[in-house]
Amino acid sequence: MTQHAHGDHDHHHDHDHDHDHDHDHDHEHAPPQPDDKVHSYYQILGVALKELLIEKGVVTADEVRAAIEARDSITPGNGAKLVARAWVDPAYRERLLTEANAAAAELGHPLPTTHLIALENTEKVHNVVVCTLCSCYPRELLGLPPSWYKSKAYRARIVREPRAVLEEFGVRVPDDVEIRVRDSTADLRYLVVPRRPAGTEGMSEEQLAALITRDAMIGVATVKPPIL
Amino acid sequence: MSGASPTVRFREGDRVLVRDDYPVGHFRTPVYIRGKTGVVTRCFGAFGNAETLAFGFKGDRKNVYEVRFRQADVWPDYRGAPDDALEIDLQENWLSPAPGG
Repeated sequence: MTQHAHGDHDHHHDHDHDHDHDHDHDHEHAPPQPDDKVHSYYQILGVALKELLIEKGVVTADEVRAAIEARDSITPGNGAKLVARAWVDPAYRERLLTEANAAAAELGHPLPTTHLIALENTEKVHNVVVCTLCSCYPRELLGLPPSWYKSKAYRARIVREPRAVLEEFGVRVPDDVEIRVRDSTADLRYLVVPRRPAGTEGMSEEQLAALITRDAMIGVATVKPPIL
Repeated sequence: MSGASPTVRFREGDRVLVRDDYPVGHFRTPVYIRGKTGVVTRCFGAFGNAETLAFGFKGDRKNVYEVRFRQADVWPDYRGAPDDALEIDLQENWLSPAPGG
């Protein structure tokens, strides 16, 4: 049972199934989803730690669940609100670029444990963010990082051949635009402020926010004008 | 963030060399940037020392700098525009004045 971090799941495996229930339909069943994958050392360590904390009454299972639920509920819409405000309000843009924590708090997103920096994309500079060491990411504003952000391929390649990687994401950066790869190694978290697309002059802040995607705020995409 | 802030050793525009060292432990200095030369673009202030925090020790604080590197200085075979850059947050104890300023 080394593949299980915890719990007694033996009843799933120990008896022989006859599978003698009726199969009078002729389609193939999809194979069962493998929920018994091998856990890594650190996954087992994490589960063991959680169970000990619950057992010793430091936290309750419901608190752990609620914390995961709260994390899962954060969407990139939080970051998009900041960017949209910066697009329509030059004074806010200035605050976001110089005092990002205060600017985020102003829109209802205080970041007590994060030191936030906003990086503005311009005609001359295209910023893109990575954490080559792990998966540092402004989670309070963008939610959980996508799996590709944590992949070794992205982390290794974006610092070494950013133009090739961005092309794979569908972004062709002209040679006269400087690509600035930001490796966020420890204490700071970065939000890219993408360029406002042409053709959005008459749009409201809310309409603009709806155009701004997670990938644009990581720097692997540009913001597209609305399809009319 | 508590405790006295250490003196800021580098200023914007200073050329700095990243220590070319591979000690055992927990470090937030990517291996690919060790031994490379860049320019300080800002100081973010003092943060808890990640290298000791990783082992449960609190109190020690280090200045963290934004350092800009030209891609061509990091990767000799870099293919891209000449101005392309990498910016990395680095703790002061990994930086020294670059030879020749």
